[in-house]
Amino acid sequence: MHKLLTRQPGLKMLLLGNEAIARGGLEAGVAVSTTYPGTPSSEISSNFFQISQESKLYFEYSTNEKVALEVAAAAANSGVRSMCIMKHVGMNVAADALLTLAYVGVRGGLVILTADDPFMFSSQNEQDNRFYSKLAGLPMMEPSSAQEAKDMLRDAFDLSEELQLPVIFRTTTRINHSSEIVSLGELRDPKTTGDFVKDPFNYVTVPAVSRNLHAKLLEKLDKAETLSENSKYNMIAGKGSWGIICNGVSYNYVCDGIKELGIQNSTRILRVGFSHPMPRILIRTFLEECEKVLIVEEGEPYMEETVKAFAQEAGLTLSIGGKGDGCLSRLYEYDPAQVRESLGEYFGVDYAPRDGIDLSDVPEIPQRPPSLCAGCSHRATFYAVNKAAEGMDTICPTDIGCYTLGFLPPLSTGDFLICMGSSVGTSCGFSKVSDKKVISFIGDSTFFHTGIPGLVNAVFNSHNFTLVILDNGITAMTGHQPHPGVDMKAMNFEGYGQVSIEDVVKAVGVKHVSVIRPYRVKKSVDTIKEALMYKGVSVVISQEPCMLFAKALKKPRRKPFFVSDKCKGDKDCINDLACPAFYIRKNRVYIDPVLCSGCSVCAQICPEHAILPLKDKA
Amino acid sequence: MKPTRLIIVAVGGQGNLLASRVIGEAALMADVPVRMSEIHGMAQRGGVVESSIVFGDAQSTIISDGEADVLVGFEPSETLRALNKCHPGTVVISNLAPLSPFTVTVGNGIYPELKVIQSLIRSKTAKLIAFNAESMAREAGNILSVNMVLLGALIQTGKIPLTRETVKEAIRTKTKKVFVETNLKAFELGFSTADSMA
Repeated sequence: MHKLLTRQPGLKMLLLGNEAIARGGLEAGVAVSTTYPGTPSSEISSNFFQISQESKLYFEYSTNEKVALEVAAAAANSGVRSMCIMKHVGMNVAADALLTLAYVGVRGGLVILTADDPFMFSSQNEQDNRFYSKLAGLPMMEPSSAQEAKDMLRDAFDLSEELQLPVIFRTTTRINHSSEIVSLGELRDPKTTGDFVKDPFNYVTVPAVSRNLHAKLLEKLDKAETLSENSKYNMIAGKGSWGIICNGVSYNYVCDGIKELGIQNSTRILRVGFSHPMPRILIRTFLEECEKVLIVEEGEPYMEETVKAFAQEAGLTLSIGGKGDGCLSRLYEYDPAQVRESLGEYFGVDYAPRDGIDLSDVPEIPQRPPSLCAGCSHRATFYAVNKAAEGMDTICPTDIGCYTLGFLPPLSTGDFLICMGSSVGTSCGFSKVSDKKVISFIGDSTFFHTGIPGLVNAVFNSHNFTLVILDNGITAMTGHQPHPGVDMKAMNFEGYGQVSIEDVVKAVGVKHVSVIRPYRVKKSVDTIKEALMYKGVSVVISQEPCMLFAKALKKPRRKPFFVSDKCKGDKDCINDLACPAFYIRKNRVYIDPVLCSGCSVCAQICPEHAILPLKDKA
Repeated sequence: MKPTRLIIVAVGGQGNLLASRVIGEAALMADVPVRMSEIHGMAQRGGVVESSIVFGDAQSTIISDGEADVLVGFEPSETLRALNKCHPGTVVISNLAPLSPFTVTVGNGIYPELKVIQSLIRSKTAKLIAFNAESMAREAGNILSVNMVLLGALIQTGKIPLTRETVKEAIRTKTKKVFVETNLKAFELGFSTADSMA
């Protein structure tokens, strides 16, 4: 049995924030869950996926976040508790559905989880999704720990049903990926079927309907504000006259900081956990009882602007600090020492930090950037494309996935990237205004997510570029989740269809479509050359399973290779492929047999044919 | 309980997440307050992986520069890189088996000498326990048990509030059955090595 299905209320477990969140969903009786995987939210979904195999929970990996939200919205409007999970940038994809769903509302509880990523550990930006709650006019909750995330999520479903609105549940990486001891609550049996009651004058958002719905939304928001005023998640601790308003993980750094500064008795903390609408009266009263107030929140000055506006309304002139005070920045994530220092500086508390150590004589340590795995099929594809395009002046838009790492030398393939699917759309623009050959790259899962509309656009508007679809048969980057192109039967999952990328590309009207197996180097280079010569839209589909995933499935391994004495030290293998299985000792190239996956690409490009498969020792 | 802060640094794939998990489960068994944080995702593709573990009365799950009381490095150059996390009273435990980064293979950077790494760490911190954990893992019967060897050495120092028996119980109940025996052996080898160096 999955550990999150344990029926032992009060039992303590060590849980990752994302596991605690999944448990919170089960304790709320969630029946339908949908997602497109994205770090730092991925483990919520992977747990739901496993749990759905052995419980009544319905879970799906949807093609993108917008579809995921639409699926959940329909289930919720049929009275079934639903949850939609995404990373912060996924909310941009779902936003079209989100903003009008706010008008329509829900019947059964709907919680939309957005996992923000301050510092961009695995993201292209660090947008602060709290603003979506303001933009859409939806209630929002933000936990400060794994335990609270679990309990708060349960309450978020009740709140959603009380207000008949979706609730935005906003976490950050350090909530999702921190572990702590969590005390379990009761599991709630999910109600898995519902009924949709027709009510087109409240559900079909033509202008006349929406004019009424917008007014209704504002009424619901008034009610939400009253709930926020009295919410246990907006809590005040301490009685001092120095005020601190904080949220999420910042709350933890504040608590540790005031203890270390020894100012517990002079401070009063307001932790905002129900953060949209902000509790106007609570905040005003808090401000009235303080001499000065510091707002500690990672990201944008979301609370700061609101608190300052509340103070203005109340005619309060106390000093309210925030971004730009001390080291409180709009950039990146905070850490405990940084918050402590800002508190000390703002409230004028002397604090002698512990002696540091002098690092000035530490030599430069070679960098260890993430790279494509040894034997990764993407490396083989990039190599083949670079060979086929030798001598051409190129622009290579890339996309979001492991293969983004192809932009690093020596592959150096990847010139432009803004969001999921942008490889295809931007290829249209680049090829229109430039004489350079445009070759773009997109992964299989990303192609389904948002690549297809760009390709339709390219065919319709007669653009001129080559799109390489890197089909490794799985969503690799986020931890090997399935996508519509995956053969689920082969993985022993019943009840799924399968969509062929090649069929889609042809059906869209692309006239030049070829399929390569990237480990066959020469054949691949020749095929790609033809595609590059084609005037118009050509597509190359490069098929080879993700090596890591194949390993995880315990597929038979190919024999590793070794560098024989025929090697003359040309180092083409290292200079052109940079596979991490290579290492150099005393100026000779070796292959680490543990890392080598036996893809044989290096053996095919070695000018001396010096790289050979390792024979089993007799 | 006064907070104790532990940082574990490793190269992706060395098993530091499992080591952290075992520590967390042991803390749960022993009723020691514990909070941990780790980084997943892109950072795992052969890059540096860092876990922070905070025991005692603190709410933060991450550790600022200069505030780790104990540093465990699974790879010598990564231990050195994480020195910014230490203070003069920090106890450091490091594997001495290098994993040369690919940047060195392609000629971008020089791997520091092991002697230099050790003397730098030793001169700036309270104590360094350094040995080849890889050969010990091999001796235990599984080269992938480097994490358990270093965990044994960590527990020997007495710097974190967990006992040898509790951690062994966590290994027994929370690691994969087929590896329990080699894991325990690796743990003991690490423990006795650190003991002999004390």
